[in-house]
Amino acid sequence: MTTFHTYDAVIVGAGGAGLRAAIEAADAVRTAVISKLYPTRSHTGTAQGGVCAALGNVEEDYPEWHAFDTVKGGDYLVDQPEALLMCEEAIDAIYELEHWGLPFNRTPDGRIDQRRFGGHTRNHGEAPVKRACYAADRTGHMILQTLYQQCVKRDVRFFNEFYVLDQLMSDDGRCAGVVAYELATGELHVFRAKAVLYATGGSGRMFKVTSNAHTLTGDGQAILYRRGIPMQDMEFFQFHPTGVYKMGILLSEAVRGEGGILLNAEGERFMERYAPTVKDLAPRDMVSRAIYQEIKEGRGAGPNKDAVWLDVRHLPREVIEEKLPDVTEFARVYLGVEPTRELVPIQPTAHYAMGGIPTDADGRVVTGPEATPVPGLYAAGECACVSVHGANRLGTNSLLDIVVFGRRGGRHLAGFCREADLPPLPERPEGSVRDMLDAMLARERGANAADIRTDLQEHMFDLAFVVRTDEGLRKMQEILGGLRERYDEVVVQDKGSRYNTELMEAVELGFLLDNAEPLVAAALARTESRGAHWRDDYPQRDDANWLKHSLAYRQPDGSVRLEYKPVKLGIYEPAERKY
Amino acid sequence: MATDVGDVLETSEQRRAGATGKISLTLRIRRYNPEVRGEESWWDEFTIQADPNDRLLDALHQVKWYHDGTLALRRSCAHGICGSDAVMVNGRNRLACKVLVREIAPKVTVEPIRGLPVLKDLIVDMEPFFAGYRSVLPYLINDEGEPDGERLQSPEERHRYDDTTKCILCACCTTSCPIFWGDEGYVGPAAIVQAHRFIFDSRDRGARERLQILADKTGVFRCRTTFNCTDACPRGIEVTRAIQEVKREILFDRF
Repeated sequence: MTTFHTYDAVIVGAGGAGLRAAIEAADAVRTAVISKLYPTRSHTGTAQGGVCAALGNVEEDYPEWHAFDTVKGGDYLVDQPEALLMCEEAIDAIYELEHWGLPFNRTPDGRIDQRRFGGHTRNHGEAPVKRACYAADRTGHMILQTLYQQCVKRDVRFFNEFYVLDQLMSDDGRCAGVVAYELATGELHVFRAKAVLYATGGSGRMFKVTSNAHTLTGDGQAILYRRGIPMQDMEFFQFHPTGVYKMGILLSEAVRGEGGILLNAEGERFMERYAPTVKDLAPRDMVSRAIYQEIKEGRGAGPNKDAVWLDVRHLPREVIEEKLPDVTEFARVYLGVEPTRELVPIQPTAHYAMGGIPTDADGRVVTGPEATPVPGLYAAGECACVSVHGANRLGTNSLLDIVVFGRRGGRHLAGFCREADLPPLPERPEGSVRDMLDAMLARERGANAADIRTDLQEHMFDLAFVVRTDEGLRKMQEILGGLRERYDEVVVQDKGSRYNTELMEAVELGFLLDNAEPLVAAALARTESRGAHWRDDYPQRDDANWLKHSLAYRQPDGSVRLEYKPVKLGIYEPAERKY
Repeated sequence: MATDVGDVLETSEQRRAGATGKISLTLRIRRYNPEVRGEESWWDEFTIQADPNDRLLDALHQVKWYHDGTLALRRSCAHGICGSDAVMVNGRNRLACKVLVREIAPKVTVEPIRGLPVLKDLIVDMEPFFAGYRSVLPYLINDEGEPDGERLQSPEERHRYDDTTKCILCACCTTSCPIFWGDEGYVGPAAIVQAHRFIFDSRDRGARERLQILADKTGVFRCRTTFNCTDACPRGIEVTRAIQEVKREILFDRF
């Protein structure tokens, strides 16, 4: 059975970007928010350290300094006008959250307090600057709660635990709606809409060690990729330096912002060698590579010599308890380590996709080297690529991205819906989803999804992680081919229609493969090292050949076709990245 | 600059020493699936090998992924922030991702949280819980007009409601409350925690309205101070204390 709904706008995903867009859209046009989770379960809630804006509450600061750091941190692959726009709108976005009740920590005179974060500096790199607004170490939690509260206040219509599985397009190439699977009943729902905004978050679950939730499987990216939309800059995936050893749970950069340091097995503060000016507060790609180098050269800590230590023993007790309570608890609960007395073993963890669905500054999905908008299609947040993060996102800029571009996307989408008419639905709109699910449910023998997923995660961790090579990436491509074949025979035990989470996990695995394939293809093609994409066989940044965004298209046979589009420069001349 | 890490390294490694060998864990799980067995629930037992430092959630995944794919549970972040995986572990409400195997081996009982309709296995209907949440006007109310910059709030004023901002709406507290089990009308501890977060926020002007809602027969005076909620909170919120503070506001007729 299929149920049909008609709305002006559909927002897919209810994390920070989706909720912020919903607040904008729901006031203006008939809007439905479809989320596979209850909104407050979204991964925005796990962001810890802060959200940057040049308020200048604690130290002199300007949006332009913030923009420079964002561009430099992104190793000059950032579209500069968009970065400047984000940093300028940051100030208003933060005040808006405060007006909606976000409990920011305060300065003694009652203003929003600010602290240091990696890569954020005063006057173009002179010294670290206090720019990150924060609510203890649960800033993301408070943003998610605050935005959800505003949605409750506005009585926004939510469809919770509905999995969007397909994008519908009209014959003339306009967005026509989406198809969703209702977890509680197994029923399909067709949502007819003039515009759809994807805010489905990241795809970190393709890696074995990740800070990402189990549900971060790149759904929106894969859905559009299957419909011919390119994926931009997929080779740039951020590996956060301080994940809980083996588990990958994030230990916020705020730990280092508050004065925590990294030590190798010899007790050396090794970041002094790699980034003499900002040391432990270098951007994440540099710190992760430094850790990798320490481990490679035999100075790794722990029984397997594959970790380094995070040291906060010298921090005042009240800083640990008041400003880093959650991080401290993670160390206690998951490692059995008492950070006030003991060292915390950490290793880099797959954290954030800089790449994703290409959009402009209004959240419109754009394709091709000319960045042509697709009518009615929008994306915002981690699943999107504006690109304001370039080759490496600065800490705190993801929370900023979701509020700034969630708002801009929602606003533009509302305007679009007021003008546009409702495109006709294709015939049997739920057909391809129905066929896919029926085939999985009908299969009695085949491959176990968990086995395939584990293989994907382990190999991606080995071959497409912090350090990459031509040989490794080619091997990964071959492995992906094999995984794809096994996935075509994936089988589920649960044949029921009630909360069939096994079936949805199998579908999500397909989405992960759709994210891994363009990532590996684009990484293999990019014969340079830039930001988070480090090629051991091409250790230099190569602006002459590679100062450009990649666009990966899925071919009918499943292979990846790459093309490129220019980076928008014009404000800062690309320079060598030193900290 | 080198720091002496010898002794610290030793203790940190000792803590992890148990992590090398896997141990046996038997999970006794209460099942329910009307598609398969009608309205009767039943027990299933699975014995698996797990790392002592694995989470109970990892163990449940192992069961689901390699033994019985039909096992239904909610989860997302897997480190105690998203609030999806509240279950009853040996009779106590916990987040499955914040319980380690070494705390519960060799045998553990896992059931759905109590007081909300079970839909399948460990999945319950959260709608009554969220209805209680929505009933207390869980958003900042202030019609005085917005300044160009931030509203000022001193660190002390900010600290006043800090504890209750930690709530992740997991329902561990509400579904451990005997009053909630017995009285469907009671809004429950989590909704009061959410109300507290605004009532004591110096920027909010909706306290009177919320206190009127909570003074009602479905509100705070249902609470019999059994402290189950405080014990159950995976975020360490002093839930009972928050409820008492709201009661006091009503009793002293401050609104």
